[in-house]
Amino acid sequence: MGHAAVKVLLRNPRRALEVPGPVTVASLLAHLDISREAVLVIVDGTLVTGDSVLDDSVSVEIRPVISGGSV
Amino acid sequence: MIEIRRHNAGFCHQCFVKHCRDQVARTVESNSMLTSQDRVLVAVSGGKDSLALWDILLSLGYRADGLYIGLGIGDYSSESAAYARRFAASRSARLVEVDLPGDFGFDIPTGSRAAKRAPCSACGLSKRHLFNSEALKGGYQVIATGHNLDDEAAVLFGNVLRWDLAYLGRQQPVLAEGAGFVKKVKPLVRLAERETAAYCVLEGIDYIVEECPMSAGNRHLGYKELLNRVEETSPGTKSAFLFGFFDKVAPLVGQVAAEERESLHACPSCANPTVSGICAFCKLVERASSNT
Repeated sequence: MGHAAVKVLLRNPRRALEVPGPVTVASLLAHLDISREAVLVIVDGTLVTGDSVLDDSVSVEIRPVISGGSV
Repeated sequence: MIEIRRHNAGFCHQCFVKHCRDQVARTVESNSMLTSQDRVLVAVSGGKDSLALWDILLSLGYRADGLYIGLGIGDYSSESAAYARRFAASRSARLVEVDLPGDFGFDIPTGSRAAKRAPCSACGLSKRHLFNSEALKGGYQVIATGHNLDDEAAVLFGNVLRWDLAYLGRQQPVLAEGAGFVKKVKPLVRLAERETAAYCVLEGIDYIVEECPMSAGNRHLGYKELLNRVEETSPGTKSAFLFGFFDKVAPLVGQVAAEERESLHACPSCANPTVSGICAFCKLVERASSNT
């Protein structure tokens, strides 16, 4: 850990992983098999769209929005 | 900043917040849910939907207080209560609190085991009962709940799979007041839960992201995942499913619910409406008490 990578925080349960950047939000979600309808993607406290590019060293939260759901 | 694929639109922060408030205002007005004179009790869980609803109703100028029900689900309940209290304090709004263990002597894990009900069933039953009784006690004209488009589409999907006409007949954005019943409304039915979550993030509303530990395996969760897979390839499907039902089918099955309502009478123990004998909530209290 500590090398350049996109740092991904997942919730329910809370866990972290790293993926190589740059990667678009849409590709990241597809790679993790997560439905875009079921999550918000948050960088620096703000929402990012599917075509946003995540560079190495960016921290991103993938927050589930389905009540009772987990990703 | 945020895409809503079923509207084929992207919104900046300000336009998105306006969009959410406009959708709720339109739902409230077109369904005659509230008047400016009504005192409304918002059922608040500390989650995204109920806090977004409370915030939007306050921003639209409605006289909205919150109702939080402590369900006795360990740390989850104490944390969710803290979110509800913080929001109320930040808006100088009134939060009514009921504590199931303190006021009724049982918690949801104990009650569900004693009554041999699924936890979500015991929880829903308790909340519905207490929403109504607290609204009656506090002199509120309307109860508002944070059911959103996804919740309602998933419930509809389940009711259709079983062709449960009684439940279908009751699935409306507004349930009128009746003998022993306070009017119930669902002003978020035009907003998907992704939108209520985004509204909270953008408006800085802190809510409990962690989910109830007892909801694992909940049937409606599976329906939501299924519907989201369809929505991904065909945006707008959930909305068309739900609003097609409201427009075309609900008027046909509404009579079933109306007949059921006519057969209700007052529970001899708590006076809330029930179909037969003692009501389901009083039975739950009785069984839970005899097991503690």
